[in-house]
Amino acid sequence: MSTSTVEEKKKDAPLGGRFIGATSNYIDERTSLSGFIKELGRKVFPDHWSFMLGEVALWSFVVVLLSGTFLTFFFQASMVETYYTGQYPLMRGIPMSAALESTLRISFDVRGGLLVRQIHHWAALLFVAGVGIHMLRVFFTGAFRKPRELNWVIGFVLFILAMAEGFTGYSLPDDLLSGNGLRIIDGMIKGIPLIGTWTSFLLFGGEFPGTEIVGRLYTLHILLLPAILIALLGVHLMLMVINKHTQFAGPGRTNDNVVGYPMMPVYMSKMGGFFFIVFGAIVAISSFFSINAVWHYGPYDPSPVSAGTQPDWYIGFADGALRLVPPHLESVFWDRTWSWNILIPLAVIGIFILLVMFYPFIEAWITGDKREHHIAERPRNAATRTAIGAAGVTFYAVLWAGASSDLMATHFWLTMEGVIHALQFLLIVGPILAYFVTKRICLALQRKDREIALHGYESGRIVRLPGGEYIEVHQPVDEYERWKLIAHENYAPLVVRPNERGRISWHENLRASISRWFFEDRLTPVTNAMLDAGHHDEVADAQHIAEGKAAEIAAQDEKKH
Amino acid sequence: MAHDDGSLDDGRSFVPSTGLAVVVPDAPTAPALPPHRERVTDKDPAKMRSAVRTVYTWFYLSVAGSIWAIAAYMLFPIEDGRWSSISENNMFIGIGSAFALLAIGIGAIHWSKAVMSDVEYVEHRHPTRGKDATRELAIEAFSDANEDSGFGRRTMIRNSLFAALIAFPLPGIVLFRGLAPHGVDPVELLEHTMWKEGMRLVKDPTGTPIRAADVTIGSAVHVIPEALTELSHHDGYLDEKAKAIVLVMRLRPEDLIQAPDKVDWSYDGIVAYSKVCTHVGCPVALYEQHTHHLLCPCHQSQFDVKDHAKVIFGPAARPLPQLPITVDADGYLVARSDFQEPVGPSFWERH
Amino acid sequence: MATQKHRATKSAKAPRTGRRSPWAAAALIGIGLLVTGGAYAGAMAATAAAGPAETSVATSLTTEDGKKLFQANCATCHGMDLQGTENGPNLIGVGAMSVDFQVGTGRMPLQAQGPQAPSKPVQFTDAQITAMADWVQSVSPGPGMPEERYLDGQGDAGRGAELFRINCAMCHNVGGAGGALTEGKYAPALEGVLPQHIYAAMATGPQNMPVFNEMYLTPEDKRDIISALMWSYDNGTPGGYTLGGIGPVSEGLFIWIFGIGGLVAVSVWITAKSN
Repeated sequence: MSTSTVEEKKKDAPLGGRFIGATSNYIDERTSLSGFIKELGRKVFPDHWSFMLGEVALWSFVVVLLSGTFLTFFFQASMVETYYTGQYPLMRGIPMSAALESTLRISFDVRGGLLVRQIHHWAALLFVAGVGIHMLRVFFTGAFRKPRELNWVIGFVLFILAMAEGFTGYSLPDDLLSGNGLRIIDGMIKGIPLIGTWTSFLLFGGEFPGTEIVGRLYTLHILLLPAILIALLGVHLMLMVINKHTQFAGPGRTNDNVVGYPMMPVYMSKMGGFFFIVFGAIVAISSFFSINAVWHYGPYDPSPVSAGTQPDWYIGFADGALRLVPPHLESVFWDRTWSWNILIPLAVIGIFILLVMFYPFIEAWITGDKREHHIAERPRNAATRTAIGAAGVTFYAVLWAGASSDLMATHFWLTMEGVIHALQFLLIVGPILAYFVTKRICLALQRKDREIALHGYESGRIVRLPGGEYIEVHQPVDEYERWKLIAHENYAPLVVRPNERGRISWHENLRASISRWFFEDRLTPVTNAMLDAGHHDEVADAQHIAEGKAAEIAAQDEKKH
Repeated sequence: MAHDDGSLDDGRSFVPSTGLAVVVPDAPTAPALPPHRERVTDKDPAKMRSAVRTVYTWFYLSVAGSIWAIAAYMLFPIEDGRWSSISENNMFIGIGSAFALLAIGIGAIHWSKAVMSDVEYVEHRHPTRGKDATRELAIEAFSDANEDSGFGRRTMIRNSLFAALIAFPLPGIVLFRGLAPHGVDPVELLEHTMWKEGMRLVKDPTGTPIRAADVTIGSAVHVIPEALTELSHHDGYLDEKAKAIVLVMRLRPEDLIQAPDKVDWSYDGIVAYSKVCTHVGCPVALYEQHTHHLLCPCHQSQFDVKDHAKVIFGPAARPLPQLPITVDADGYLVARSDFQEPVGPSFWERH
Repeated sequence: MATQKHRATKSAKAPRTGRRSPWAAAALIGIGLLVTGGAYAGAMAATAAAGPAETSVATSLTTEDGKKLFQANCATCHGMDLQGTENGPNLIGVGAMSVDFQVGTGRMPLQAQGPQAPSKPVQFTDAQITAMADWVQSVSPGPGMPEERYLDGQGDAGRGAELFRINCAMCHNVGGAGGALTEGKYAPALEGVLPQHIYAAMATGPQNMPVFNEMYLTPEDKRDIISALMWSYDNGTPGGYTLGGIGPVSEGLFIWIFGIGGLVAVSVWITAKSN
């Protein structure tokens, strides 16, 4: 080290000042933090609004954690009988569990307690909704393809964990509504063959409702489930960092790059800002809208029940599945009871969940495409996948609607029997209809895109050519717009060929049939020749019109002079 | 650099299959990034200053919001017993905090959009698959470790290790049997309720006994067994109640369809049915006095009280169990016996 | 060049002779709506004002008046002597309380056959209702009007809320928001219902509502239940708007439409290019 370098160093102050410099140095010498900053500090993220939906879920989860932590300082997860002696007259003196009593105390006797309780519950609803809509975005843009299949599975498990968190959470106050929800879960568990009765017995620590369940749900809700959730969330985000985010096709964007803004400062600011907006929105909603008024429901007792008993929205599809089952579905074989009215909805939901969870692998098997995919597809360009997604969403939505069948009857002046029969019908017919309509719409949109890419937009200007014909002038799109319209994968159905033994295996045949279903209806891939031909037409038309106009103007000028 | 067909150089020889993807000859290629378009704040320093002012104004407003929220905490107490003071406290603390949070968010986003540089960067994606050399080294690491330990070769060590690792958590799992009491058979518990011969039907929750004459046509009376009122919560009051709740209704005797062996289960048109739905256990208590339909609000199962509470709609599969009743010497309604079948949702061992 | 420019400005400022303004269509529709809406509203107000009979009549009517009112408005379906017809049940033993409930909530006279009689604008004055009730009571005695003190709402609201939850909430919802029954019937929402009508409904069991007689729910019990309802409606609920008071369904719809919808809009704003 020469003296000259030391003097130079003294002249140039460190970035951010001497204190910041010294602190950074101290930390780096102990943690290698500079490596981390170098890798990730200016990491580029692509920009599209649909990429922020996962953040809705992430930031809602942070809000849930913060508000939940506050509540744990006041909530008593015990079913020991006590009496409420606080502010609310209608509950005063009523015997209830310590869980409900502490919830009422938080709501009425702690300043800001009701606000935090409402923040916690609204944020939980938003969390699961955020996960759902994020999942839909990932599905419809094909962002679950290699190398992100595992992340899809992790994400789906997160969805299930979020639902479990919500369910265990709203059952904690031990009020009439959530208590009846537990009763329903208990009834479902009891209907499971072989292990049902004993599982219910172990879960509730004896008969229903027992005195253990709230404490056990509390352990799940604040310890086990959040721990697993946070761990998986960490893996989910790490995989996203390693794989980098997908991006939509566009100018300068290829499968091997990411185009966007750097983490510091732009994305830090956008993501951080979005966190505050999500948080602020939740607090604003909680200031003006009441949620889960447990004081109306009162303590759980097996005798009373409220009209309009529904679970929180994300459990609705399961409740709806139970409601849509036709009557009398139970049989007794060999002295054992088979509750088909429980097993069928469980099986249907289970199969649905498995199909969704393993869809990336199914599609990968069909296409056999083992390349990495980092370009997010526009839904219209994967018509069959989008149609399948629409069918799945319809199926889920009909089950979800089933949960409010009685409310639909009262609000729309219908009979509940009519509503339920209609939903039973829609459960089968709806997804099929949605599939066909969506697929046709996607293909039509593809054709429209092709039309615009090759021939431009219809500008609305009608021009009469010298020969007498009328044409509508098409406005060509610029090369950036055109690229977005034509940049997509093209797949064709599998043509089976016999293997070296001269045979075609059954699974190759199956794969061929499914690939035909997937890719039979498609457009011819765009080539440069097609683009040139289209461009040529446009240019010819435009030139023609320009020439004609120039001639007209020249003629007018001549007349004038 | 990776290529669009997926093949990778940069030390990776693997070429992934394109599967059913159509490889298009003469395919169009992506145009380059368009030239950077300047924003109004880049071109006009006055606009930039205005944008900067907006950003820090939002941040300062946020501070004001936070101060308001703290002030609201103090200005809107809730200990005075007035119901509306809780509403006000909730709303004003909430408004202050919400505004404070939203203001930071809006300020930060306006900063990122209008003030921060919006030049787009391009970052190269490294293929996810490790370089061939790296993978070789990884394989070598495992291979060396295998050599050193003899893990692959010494199958006895390996297999016995697996057995031990599978076995050691099992005692921990067995501990969870303690979640439920020992020496108690859940099936036994489910098959019996508190009802016994001669036990009075009393009003839920007060415990007043009920005379047959008190139950008029069209009544729906919620009853529990008399002995239940003596149980406290930690003695299993709710557990017993969950099986013993009963709904008593009175119909005209001529309207009642009764199987010959159940004729003496009712008394002069008064019938008692278990209130626990045979679907999944909600209280089925919506009685329509003219149609004699009994509706469960949870999943809309309907039972016909005229005809043994059989299922006429909805997902339930079994009729509601009937409690055999009669009157005692003083005219109070009493049970003849316990239910003749388990009440509530079906379970595997039922029957 | 000059001619081009001239042409451009000429077309921009050409006088709009005989051409409609783009606002013409909107204005015409707006005027049309205002006129028809105003006419309808006026007609409604007129009929509403004309509704119940002359207010100049003396406030107390006799039982004989009640009989005349009954036979003019009710006998077609219920028979001249309460014996009933194929269009309506007999009213033997229903008592004054039933008449006060049915007519006082506007359910009677029934407008059309349907799953059940909905409450609708009351067609008679209080004096007329009392007269009809007295007459019905005189012909065939039944439950009479309860004592005032049971309607004062000063009972034990906590106890009343518990009784409400056990006996009433399964149909009417814990907050009295109403609920569905079979085949298009429903238990109506209870907000705004007068204490005397709540009492009467419990005691007489209108249509498919069960009868809660005095032995099962004593007048004191009924007073407590009414007090609980009155307290809830007078004091509202803290925490903000209840979104209908029907619980998770409206909360879920709200968070999807306004929560997710709003945040998607915010995302679009965040990622939109600044101008």
